[in-house]
Amino acid sequence: MKFGVITFPGSCDDLDAQLACARVGEVVPLWHADHDLQGVDAVIVPGGFSYGDYLRVGAIARFAPIMREVIDFANEGGPVMGICNGFQVLCEARLLPGALLTNTSLRFVCRQVSLDLTNPDTAFTRDARARLSIPVKHTTGRYYAPEPDLDRLEASGQVVLRYAPGENFNGSLHDIAGVRNERGNVFGMMPHPEHAVDELIGGSSDGLKVFESMRMAVEGALA
Amino acid sequence: MHARVLIRPKAGILDPQGAVAERALAALGFEGVSEVRVGRLVELEVADPAALAEMCERLLANPLIEDYEIEDG
Repeated sequence: MKFGVITFPGSCDDLDAQLACARVGEVVPLWHADHDLQGVDAVIVPGGFSYGDYLRVGAIARFAPIMREVIDFANEGGPVMGICNGFQVLCEARLLPGALLTNTSLRFVCRQVSLDLTNPDTAFTRDARARLSIPVKHTTGRYYAPEPDLDRLEASGQVVLRYAPGENFNGSLHDIAGVRNERGNVFGMMPHPEHAVDELIGGSSDGLKVFESMRMAVEGALA
Repeated sequence: MHARVLIRPKAGILDPQGAVAERALAALGFEGVSEVRVGRLVELEVADPAALAEMCERLLANPLIEDYEIEDG
């Protein structure tokens, strides 16, 4: 199982994503200017501040050369996960529904949050616990989609993660912390599973289960 | 040609920047200020103004969350 982890100028969680992936499979670093995914089985779009978050978060990264490959890969059914800034990039690329807006507090928030797994039956969460403890660190994480779209997402099981009651610190509609696309092969979440892979320094290892779920999905599909 | 593109949060979307500016204006003693919304202004020189709408749709604005208005000249 080979995970490709993209690095954009301004990415800062790419190394932690590589370390997390290395616990469950092989890692292939991918550069934003690459035109080739080098045969990876899954792609991680990591957190950070790609291209300085100029214009809008994710708006420039979405047009990076590597993203053309990621969009083709996703359209062919390849698994793609965006974390934090990566989630924002996938929304801008229209691979995921909705958009991320500035937290209602306008503040950067960095802390551990509790999450409820709304849909355990996905390629990204099948090995995860029903209640996860994972850190967040962002200023622009308020999930938004127009009301009719939200109803559709809820009805089709595309809402995968929610902030637990009382934990929605950024004002996300429907408490949404993570969504998947209709087909189920593209997933984005604002909290950072790659920072929660070790009990000692991550507060929990609940994040590791996300990467393990991806490995199970890929190896199940390859078998 | 010189053009200006005004980009603003769509109606109905909570704009915390606008809300903060509104409270700050009230704190400065300006009365009767409401509905403050904060957007962006992009100024650019373009050879083909007909392409401006596509520039907005694809990059300058995110039509899901923002409205844009093109002013040429």
